[in-house]
Amino acid sequence: MDYVSNTEQERQQMLKEIGVEAIEDIFDSIPDEVRLNRELDVSEGMSELELKRHINKIADKNISLENYTSFLGGGAYDHYVPSIIDHLISRQEFYTAYTPYQAELSQGTLQVVYEYQSMISELTGMDVANASLLDGGSATAEAILMASRISRNKKVLISSALHPSYREVAKTYGKPKDLDFVEISIEDGVTNLEELEDNLDNDVAAIVVQYPNFYGSIENMEKIKQLKEEYKKALLIVVANPIALGLLTPPKEFGADIVTGEGQSLGNTINYGGPYLGYLACINDRKFIRQLPGRIAGATVDADGNRGYVLTLQTREQHIRREKATSNMCTNEALNAAISTIYMATMGKKGMKEVAEQSYKKAHYLADKIDELEDFEVVNSDNFFHEFWITTKLAAKKVLSNLKEEKILGGIDISRFEEEEGILISVTEKRTKEELDNLVRLLEAM
Amino acid sequence: MTIPKDLFFTENHEWISVDGKEAVVGISEHAQDELGDIVFVELPSVEEELDQFEEFGVIESVKAVSDVFMPVSGIIVEVNEDLMDQPELINEDPYGSGWLIKVEVKDKSDLEELMDSAEYKAFIEGE
Repeated sequence: MDYVSNTEQERQQMLKEIGVEAIEDIFDSIPDEVRLNRELDVSEGMSELELKRHINKIADKNISLENYTSFLGGGAYDHYVPSIIDHLISRQEFYTAYTPYQAELSQGTLQVVYEYQSMISELTGMDVANASLLDGGSATAEAILMASRISRNKKVLISSALHPSYREVAKTYGKPKDLDFVEISIEDGVTNLEELEDNLDNDVAAIVVQYPNFYGSIENMEKIKQLKEEYKKALLIVVANPIALGLLTPPKEFGADIVTGEGQSLGNTINYGGPYLGYLACINDRKFIRQLPGRIAGATVDADGNRGYVLTLQTREQHIRREKATSNMCTNEALNAAISTIYMATMGKKGMKEVAEQSYKKAHYLADKIDELEDFEVVNSDNFFHEFWITTKLAAKKVLSNLKEEKILGGIDISRFEEEEGILISVTEKRTKEELDNLVRLLEAM
Repeated sequence: MTIPKDLFFTENHEWISVDGKEAVVGISEHAQDELGDIVFVELPSVEEELDQFEEFGVIESVKAVSDVFMPVSGIIVEVNEDLMDQPELINEDPYGSGWLIKVEVKDKSDLEELMDSAEYKAFIEGE
């Protein structure tokens, strides 16, 4: 179908055909008091050239990570994106392919989703993964709802070291389900496990911790595993950075029932905070699989014995179960999941480990140097992966604005979340020794 | 289609067989026939307390997903674990090995709201 707007003559013809005089007559049933009754306050149209100039002027206000050195993290990380990713996902079969309603016609799309699920399962050490969700925050919220359905409990023990925005999303999702969130405080950058223990009982649906947590620290998962084992109904949800899993022990080994999180770091650029993808994986238990939100691609054989891919377990989903669906999530982030799949396949086990190791080593090198400075202190000591929390005698805001003048995005001023003070600094494998030393030199001079 | 005597039925095609305080609940021959091949059953937890006509589980067939409802108020004392791996038992033997749950009946007068076998026979013939 051509996308050409209709002419005045055609409009008149159509109006005549349906027997009304003016377009307004079609909207007769809308009461006058709720109508706008004036033109929309939108400026006149522009020519193509004018529009291009206008858009470029707006775009020039952006900061490009090509020209700036970024130490920003907090869920979105500036890892290197291999050029093969852009080449492959620009293919129209990937670029335009939404998980289709006649899903089985698009075998290629389903195969990529299936490969994605398999890789996420391997990376997290879990048995089953879904086809991806919207982002880390909504995936965490979905994991909590899932745990509540499985345990038939409402109380959720949520670590205050879980990303503040994720907590907010989870509470929003949990409200209509009457979930009762208990926030466990932090001590020295990690979850206060005594407080966690005090709040644990048989009414708990889930314990939610981040790994590494929002402040970069690695929780005492061994201890959390022990606590959890005393209360059978409580499920353990681990919100993990998939890049960190290239180096850290898979959450499954600490008794995680559901592993979820933000998948951006797997080959997706920062963009402007999205689109990203949430991943979600669980143990191989019928009760869990039935309650897994979102789509799942499965492998099967056709009548001739050839391998084929299908969307499976759709009866959990909204288009079949309506209001009784396990989740309102009936979609996935297919293109972002394809990006992550290509990334994991390109990097391989060795590459994933190397990215994690380099990020870890560089972050620790930087933290050691900053900790030596008089006005700065690293809160996590050496218990962190590639992101750490510093406090400073100077004003964090001023420190960051000074760095920005030097084309350095120095980190996140965590006072914006109104819980703690200081700066969150993330280091990926992309940062060079010169960049790290330069940051230290600038901080020292402040 | 034979309908066993001494059972009570709901309009939603659940049957209940009461013996003293305890009762067994399943779905009727007619219901399994309408549903077709059953592929999954979701059942409640033991000790859960449910009201009459409250939803207690889900039966999924190749054709449809249906909720199943409590014929009486009561406490779940046992669920048919065999159905987890062999949901087809409901198709094969709906009044026998395809039972769904055992319930401790709270109030026997709940049965007055149900149909007996003869009434149920007339009900499905009229449906």
